[in-house]
Amino acid sequence: MLEEIVAKYNYWIYVVLMMIGFYAMIGKRNMVKKLLGMNIFQTTIILFFISTGVKRDAGIPIVDKYAGLAGELEVAAVMNPLPHVLMLTAIVVGVSVTGVALAVLTRVYREYGTLEEDEILEKIGR
Amino acid sequence: MRRFREQVQNTEGGTDLIIRTSVRLMVPFIQLFGLYVIVHGHYSPGGGFQGGVLLGSAFILLALAYGVEYSKKYMSEFANFLTVNIGVFIFVGFGILCALVGGFFLDYGAMANVFPMPLPEWRYWGVFVVEVGVGMGVMGIMVSLYWDLASAGSRKEGL
Amino acid sequence: MKVFALLATALTGAILLYGTADFPAWGDPESPASTHVSAYFIETVVRDTHMPNLVAAVLGDYRAYDTMFELVVIYCAGMAVLAVLRGARS
Repeated sequence: MLEEIVAKYNYWIYVVLMMIGFYAMIGKRNMVKKLLGMNIFQTTIILFFISTGVKRDAGIPIVDKYAGLAGELEVAAVMNPLPHVLMLTAIVVGVSVTGVALAVLTRVYREYGTLEEDEILEKIGR
Repeated sequence: MRRFREQVQNTEGGTDLIIRTSVRLMVPFIQLFGLYVIVHGHYSPGGGFQGGVLLGSAFILLALAYGVEYSKKYMSEFANFLTVNIGVFIFVGFGILCALVGGFFLDYGAMANVFPMPLPEWRYWGVFVVEVGVGMGVMGIMVSLYWDLASAGSRKEGL
Repeated sequence: MKVFALLATALTGAILLYGTADFPAWGDPESPASTHVSAYFIETVVRDTHMPNLVAAVLGDYRAYDTMFELVVIYCAGMAVLAVLRGARS
């Protein structure tokens, strides 16, 4: 059991971080805290994807141009560039989602005067 | 140096004198670094998104230290609108241009029909054109997001 | 209500932790993510595009369609913030 944890400790860290975000999303009453939880969740996914591209003792995916032109690049010496590309997309989409969510929260606050979920439900009359 | 001090002291509004002075000093270097990140993205970590965010952060810093109104003197709302739309237009327009000159959509190699260059070189420069478009779009959107969120939509006075 | 949330979190976390047993070890060069298509990219990108930065090459050339819609997404986000906050000012 302990060996299993030590060998895969990075995945355990991701799961713990992800569950912090998940609990904030479903357990908290405040809308801003929910948004923060969603951001933590998103960041954990990004961390997880980046870590799948890691190779031990490898360099960053910026290579020697002349070695590449001659076809002398070693695949094991360069990290996997594809997770980086995908996560660059995910970061930008995350910024957009955060911006729109903050705008909607501003609007909700202007309408109801509060960001607590139960108080808003009370004011709607349910 | 004296002119610089007058410039900092004579602007009304904003926050502390130390913050205003240091922001005044930092903004040109941040903008220079943003341009470097965009144009040097082929050889070092960087690219359109990162450089665009850096360029936008220079204006956001100005808006934080001096107020939203003051930052609009350096980038008016119309200029912001124009930057965003030109950025998106460069990207999509370059893709359509590639399709018009006899390739697929966003197939940079087809531009060799217009200006003869080897295929890898055209892909290199095609990525550069696209990155400039991305940088302009991201810069404008970042500044506009900050203006709207900091002043709750009025864009008059912010944080 | 908070108890239910905690229970759901613990359950999901336990399932995910159970799933980590099948994952490759950290930094394994033979992991499934870095064997199939990524080796092709590392070997041919520099010859095909003359760009040493593999990430920028894949982002701007091979996945340019994706990047274009990414820019459209952030453009739409900006327009949405504008519309939501400026729409009905009471």
